[in-house]
Amino acid sequence: MSPSIQSIQLAAEGAGEHRPLIITLFSLFVVATLAITVWAGRQTKGTEDFYAGGRQFSGFQNGLAISGDYMSAASFLGIAGAIAIAGYDGFLYSIGFLVAWLVALLLVAEPLRNSGRFTMGDVLAYRMRQRPVRTAAGTSTIVVSIFYLLAQMAGAGALVSLLLGITSETGKILIVVLVGIVMILYVSIGGMKGTTWVQMVKAVLLIAGTLLITFLVLWKFHFNVSELLGAAAEKSGKGAAFLEPGLKYGATATSKIDFISLGIALVLGTAGLPHILIRFYTVPTAQAARKSVNWAIGIIGTFYLMTIALGFGAAALLDPDTITTSNKAGNTAAPLLAQEIGGGADSTGGAILLATISAVAFATILAVVAGLTLASSSSFAHDLYVNVIRKGQATEKEEVRAARWATVFIGAAAIVLGAFARGLNVAGLVALAFAVAASANLPTILYSLFWKRFTTRGALWSIYGGLVSSVVLVLFSPVVSGKETSMFPGVDFHWFPLENPGLISIPLGFLLGWLGTVVSKEEPDAGKYAELEVRSLTGTGAH
Amino acid sequence: MYTDSTPPGEGTSGTESYREVQESPEFGELRHAYRSFAFPLTVAFITWYLLYVLLSNYAGGFMGTKVLGNLNIAFVFGIAQFLSTFLIAWWYSRHAATKLDPRAEAIKTRLEGDAS
Repeated sequence: MSPSIQSIQLAAEGAGEHRPLIITLFSLFVVATLAITVWAGRQTKGTEDFYAGGRQFSGFQNGLAISGDYMSAASFLGIAGAIAIAGYDGFLYSIGFLVAWLVALLLVAEPLRNSGRFTMGDVLAYRMRQRPVRTAAGTSTIVVSIFYLLAQMAGAGALVSLLLGITSETGKILIVVLVGIVMILYVSIGGMKGTTWVQMVKAVLLIAGTLLITFLVLWKFHFNVSELLGAAAEKSGKGAAFLEPGLKYGATATSKIDFISLGIALVLGTAGLPHILIRFYTVPTAQAARKSVNWAIGIIGTFYLMTIALGFGAAALLDPDTITTSNKAGNTAAPLLAQEIGGGADSTGGAILLATISAVAFATILAVVAGLTLASSSSFAHDLYVNVIRKGQATEKEEVRAARWATVFIGAAAIVLGAFARGLNVAGLVALAFAVAASANLPTILYSLFWKRFTTRGALWSIYGGLVSSVVLVLFSPVVSGKETSMFPGVDFHWFPLENPGLISIPLGFLLGWLGTVVSKEEPDAGKYAELEVRSLTGTGAH
Repeated sequence: MYTDSTPPGEGTSGTESYREVQESPEFGELRHAYRSFAFPLTVAFITWYLLYVLLSNYAGGFMGTKVLGNLNIAFVFGIAQFLSTFLIAWWYSRHAATKLDPRAEAIKTRLEGDAS
């Protein structure tokens, strides 16, 4: 441990010189986005404004915002870092994250836009008994979003401290609190409209920053990808193996199965992430929802292609030790690369690029946590408070007030948990969020939309079954105990060998949805299904 | 703005006519045009993706074969996943615009026209 602590301190000293520039750029972003938030807040009056941004965004705008919501610090810094360390195996992540969008495009986005109003629960509970299904949908929305939020907060604390050169524990907690407060302000004041604009601004900044570094890296290698790969393979010290699958996941039979499990969770998880699903409500029609997913696929795909240049560029231009000692998981490879490509640690160019990329990373974290907070507070207010507790008998004003307060409470909870979660395994939390989304949400969404016989019991079994099985399997996996990299490395109570539960819990979610339906005596409501099917395919009566 | 004039269960045309629409040949055509395109394509791209995952796992030697300079089959396969994703998105959107949207629009106009 001691060499890495030493070099973190070294990196911290280096970062100290650029601190004023990083802080200035970051403050500019926060002030500008808060101004947008206040402006959006003035126009946010009813539930449709707060939850769905007035449904007036264009397909392109929403596509940008979806990209801003989806490209988290995990994909920007995490994938670039994973490629810089594990070479080709890091690249595998981005493919799963991208292909997943086809599930959203072909099966979920348009029917959801046509038949729901504000939350995922709207569609799941459409044909079912409202209260139990809404409770289940709200619970799984909040669980998925909180896991994802925790991962972002934990990552934010560590990363921001490193980039700003903050080493004291109090300083790191202060960063988490600061991120949390800005996020609460965005969402509680600006609602969906404010959050959407923050995400659009962030997406533009992130793409511009990545484009710049990619261009500089490719320029250095004469726009010859083969040359870049060759240089990366050589400098990594691993040779051709660096460009082949297997460095990270190929070690044992178990790690290979784990990789399959992760792959399935990634490709099926996206279309069940509540913070992504609610974005489809911000456009006026299903055609616009389709257009926004197409834009998102284009933007996110281009971005992931650029992370290849970033990751292999970092591997080619930085010493492997520099990357891993700064951050074990490689999370700082992209900022370090920016510094190197700008002229090195002591140059003005290097300082400016490092500050720019660091500020972009802050912006990325803020926009994503805002989206997650919005998804969980919307579901809390709309599904749990209004439809379960108040049985649908709340006025619009009460509902918006409940949603704003829910934002404050969920944000506060995220700050407290985030402060404790700083040491947790970030990748494990993100993979868990995807696995829960794919196991609990996706089966229920697909059955609800496409299977006539599906019943309330089926919905409850698949949501709770998927939710409980994925969480329990992770609890008893090496992510939590039994390994050096676990959350609790000192103890060992794991019996499930895989780090990702998807391989078991996703089929189980589908199976339980089917089984619950087959064994229930309840007659499915044919009239309601007719209504849902006609509305979801034609857009009749869409909100 | 509260445009919530059609809460679930009280659709513009009433539950009964939703069932009539659902059973109508026009809606049957729309459903068929959607499902017969989207479902097999979903199975196809997930299979194509899993093939990639499995080859990465169990066919390391094959994936490591160099094709052009330092570019190996694994890399080309990965880029192919990006391209196929772009292509499928474009293909579905074209199908939706020509085969689904006009049918959906016709049914929607008729239904909402009936109500007013």
